[in-house]
Amino acid sequence: MDILSNIPPHLFRMIIAVAVVLGFVFANATVMGYLERKLAGRFQRRLGPMEVGWHGILQMPVDGIKLIAKQLIVPDNVAGILFYVAPLIAMSPVALPFLVIPFAPGLQVIDLDVGAIFVLTMISFNTVAVFLAGWSSNNNYAMIGAMRAVAQNIAYEIPILLSVLAIGLMTNTFSMKGIIEAQKSIWFIIVQPAAFIMMFICSIAETNRAPFDLPEAESELTAGFHTEYSGIAFSLFMIAEYTYMFVNCCLVATLFLGGWKGIPLPFGDYSSCIWFFAKVYFLMFVIVWCRWTFPRVRFDQLMNFAWKYLIPFSLVNLLITAILVKLL
Amino acid sequence: MKKYFSDLVTGAKSLVAGFIVTFKALLSPVVTVQYPREKLPVGKGYRGHPILILEDDTGRPKCIACGSCMRLCPSQCITVQGEKKEGDKRKYPTVFQVDFTRCSLCGTCSEVCPVAALEYSDVYGLAGFTREEFQYDLLADLPGLVETGFKPVSAD
Ligand code: SF4
Ligand code: SF4
Repeated sequence: MDILSNIPPHLFRMIIAVAVVLGFVFANATVMGYLERKLAGRFQRRLGPMEVGWHGILQMPVDGIKLIAKQLIVPDNVAGILFYVAPLIAMSPVALPFLVIPFAPGLQVIDLDVGAIFVLTMISFNTVAVFLAGWSSNNNYAMIGAMRAVAQNIAYEIPILLSVLAIGLMTNTFSMKGIIEAQKSIWFIIVQPAAFIMMFICSIAETNRAPFDLPEAESELTAGFHTEYSGIAFSLFMIAEYTYMFVNCCLVATLFLGGWKGIPLPFGDYSSCIWFFAKVYFLMFVIVWCRWTFPRVRFDQLMNFAWKYLIPFSLVNLLITAILVKLL
Repeated sequence: MKKYFSDLVTGAKSLVAGFIVTFKALLSPVVTVQYPREKLPVGKGYRGHPILILEDDTGRPKCIACGSCMRLCPSQCITVQGEKKEGDKRKYPTVFQVDFTRCSLCGTCSEVCPVAALEYSDVYGLAGFTREEFQYDLLADLPGLVETGFKPVSAD
């Protein structure tokens, strides 16, 4: 923020911030798309993309150009404007969580009191987009995918909130910066391992990633909620998915892994974002690792897991936290 | 209640085991080949298109143009004609054509050949745009043989 405030006009700063965030969103999707395919290859003992550029490094930009150049096929009887709006709804709120994410002590746009809650709210927008996409597509597969997405997100939002609440009880704040400052001596992953694991599992489910990718389960629902989307509309969903993944990992890193905290670096106010990104991309790696390790769960298993295990456990965890905070 | 917790423990164990399996795979070497640039050697029993075996010393076909293969080919896709030219000790084929669109690679032709003059190449991935491309003249150069450096070997 300090760098940005040297530039006088307010509007100018806003434009730069929007450009940087959008640039980052696309860059993140490109890098993650590439890494995902490369890692998928390596997990299956093949090489992944190798043809375009050195070790296939240009594969994603080329894919992006292909998707942009493709025709947008709109089936008959889609629900008009909603069909077009859904990918935009998926895409447009992704920039907002970046406002409150503290990449480094000096790299945070605004420190909201309810930062963590704000991020969670923005993430849940994705569900609306998924539901609109599925509902407006006039396609049974898409509809089933959308229904699953909503049911799944309702189930998995609860343990996330309860885990965040457990952190909130310990820190007395939901401000992202405040939570990181509270982890000065010890990261919350050590104090709250159960909350960390539950929150991480839920954020995988929340972003509809395998093994919880039921809304787009290819083997049952062709492509689920985005069956009818082609070209750039489809890629907007994909970019949004990777960005939500990033934002979720940012949240987990902030709440449990001490955010930017690490070995002190020179110009720590800005350069310590290296630690932040290292933690976030490590979490993203684990998510990719999960995807290529576990088979997709069945819907009843998914629901059982949420309602029978995650929610009771997070409640018990919250209760224990509350008692301990009161006593200590 | 006991099952509830034992399910949790076995589930967690199996998840960790799964992670270990894939992480090992991540660190182990790649097993695929980059096909058009790298190729695996063709296995011994592979049958590509029929080819004529040449005599080691003269470099001319071993075939004596007896016509057994032509008669016995179930798909009737071989055409052989031969003549004994002035100065030759025996008949040599003058025409030897295989209609590879019909050949079922059954193996009859090479089996019945009295002088073991027919074999199968190890050329794979033959593709073309017209049927005519698969009318092979076995006395001329065949597709793929030069490119793969295949040397006909006499069958033992
Ligand atoms: S392999 Fe069988 S079908 Fe093919 S040419 Fe020989 S005999 Fe005919
Ligand atoms: S059976 Fe053998 S020798 Fe007789 S025509 Fe066929 S290839 Fe030539």
